[in-house]
Amino acid sequence: MAILRQLVVGVAASRPLATRLATSRPSILAASRLLSTNSRQQAQHVDHTNHLHPGHPKSPPLQTSFPGEFKDVYAGGPSAIEKAVHLFFFTEILRGMWIVLEQFFRPPYTIMYPFEKGPLSPRFRGEHALRRYPSGEERCIACKLCEAICPAQAITIESEARLDGSRKTTRYDIDMTKCIYCGFCQEACPVDAIVETQNQEFSTETREELLYNKEKLLANGDRAEAEIAANLHADHVYR
Amino acid sequence: MINNNLILIILNTLISLIDVLLVLLPVLLSVAFMTIIERKQLAAHQRRVGPNTVGYYGILQPFSDALKLILKETVIPSQSNKILFYLAPVSTLIFSLLGWGIIPFGQGLTLFDFSLGILYTLALSSLGVYGVLFAGWSANSKYAFLGSLRSTAAMISYELILSSAILIVILLAGSFNFTTIIESQEAIWFVVPLLPVFIFYFISILAETSRTPFDLQEAESELVAGFFTEHSSIIFVFFFLAEYSSIVLFSCITAILFFGGYNMPELFVNNTFISLQAVVLGLKTCVFCFMFVWFRATLPRLRYDQLIEFCWLNLLPVAVAFIILVPCILVAFDIAPY
Repeated sequence: MAILRQLVVGVAASRPLATRLATSRPSILAASRLLSTNSRQQAQHVDHTNHLHPGHPKSPPLQTSFPGEFKDVYAGGPSAIEKAVHLFFFTEILRGMWIVLEQFFRPPYTIMYPFEKGPLSPRFRGEHALRRYPSGEERCIACKLCEAICPAQAITIESEARLDGSRKTTRYDIDMTKCIYCGFCQEACPVDAIVETQNQEFSTETREELLYNKEKLLANGDRAEAEIAANLHADHVYR
Repeated sequence: MINNNLILIILNTLISLIDVLLVLLPVLLSVAFMTIIERKQLAAHQRRVGPNTVGYYGILQPFSDALKLILKETVIPSQSNKILFYLAPVSTLIFSLLGWGIIPFGQGLTLFDFSLGILYTLALSSLGVYGVLFAGWSANSKYAFLGSLRSTAAMISYELILSSAILIVILLAGSFNFTTIIESQEAIWFVVPLLPVFIFYFISILAETSRTPFDLQEAESELVAGFFTEHSSIIFVFFFLAEYSSIVLFSCITAILFFGGYNMPELFVNNTFISLQAVVLGLKTCVFCFMFVWFRATLPRLRYDQLIEFCWLNLLPVAVAFIILVPCILVAFDIAPY
């Protein structure tokens, strides 16, 4: 029984020492923290500064002060020497510089544009095209919904009935200088005739070349039909 | 007889002229390449590619830049002081190029082995302030004037730190001569015993060459371009060259004062007939040029009052402390070299 009591007393006596050991940083750890960019260790660092404020919920219970007992104000936080070292050897700046140096040895994010291109969404709204059915018949039925919805009023359509009774356009013009590439025409079209392709590289040297007519739009559609079909298929789930 | 003497004089002049050109042309070339190095390195730090079109990997970019600037129209403000306006870039460039006259590129490979070389360097860096002052005053522009005021105050303040740091090196070497300083580092580079001194020395040369984080005079977000706001075309090129020349020069001086200059570590001493000393100095210089750009990529610009306060209240006491401490140690252990 006496032995047991002695053991308990011994453990109780050794506890303050143990906590002090735990809170004082081993020098190696401190040295590694000088230059480390590890966020976990930084978090620890912040945690330690919080210990300085007694009101903080995370702070350990203050050691009950017996009169005349030495109270270490810096226990749990960085010591004065540690702070001085951080100040005089610019450890924060060195940490920042280390990050910048790491970036130096990593490959650039640059995409060499005309030679390599970034990925485009299947919904990308670029140059317009008029599509055909596989039989070669034009899809457009001249319903003029696109003309009606076009907020920039860039589309002009004229139509007449053909000999077989179907209504087809005689004129389908898009003023690409007016177009704002909102994609409403594509959304309005009941037969998926007018679409916006992924082509965005159609700059011209004169303004007149940007006033597209039906032939130009149909040619665009013929050229990019496979791409258009693939994009529409990729996106059909969401429409 | 007289004729012979005359020929001799002319020959001597020609030879020394060639000597000067032999130093200045490579220096100007290296300065030109420093600009492309800075742009490429900054790009690499920011995960970009940088200029890569002119020549292989954009290596000819500085020349195309220079050509472009030379072909531009020179615009001079009508209310400016024309003489000072032209004198400013010229004097800045000349003072920063004059510093190369006393740099030893190898054993005995120097234009002028001046016994007071360091004092000469310090004097030149002080004179460099005048170009900035002239430019700011003569342009008759608010931005240029503010820029030159800031620059002058900062340069004068940080020169104090720079000269204190160099003074400590002189105490260890026992000489003002660059060659002697290099030779006294054969055993150990001065950066080892003088690491803290090296730190504030490097800070002060960052300020002295007006690089980030101390480039207050060129604070483009506030002052357009600082003291050379009004300078354009070829006179702008002069300022540009002067700035980069002083960067390379100070990198070179850092290598000489703290990193043994052209001396290789004993381990790699080269006993062949090819002298690699100049190459060694060049490599060491490159390291510090790299550091200049590295600092620029990392640090944001200081506020002006922080800049001055950091100098007078933080750096100066440390510098003075070391000026007292180092000779004390030298005397106490009786290891002074004189």
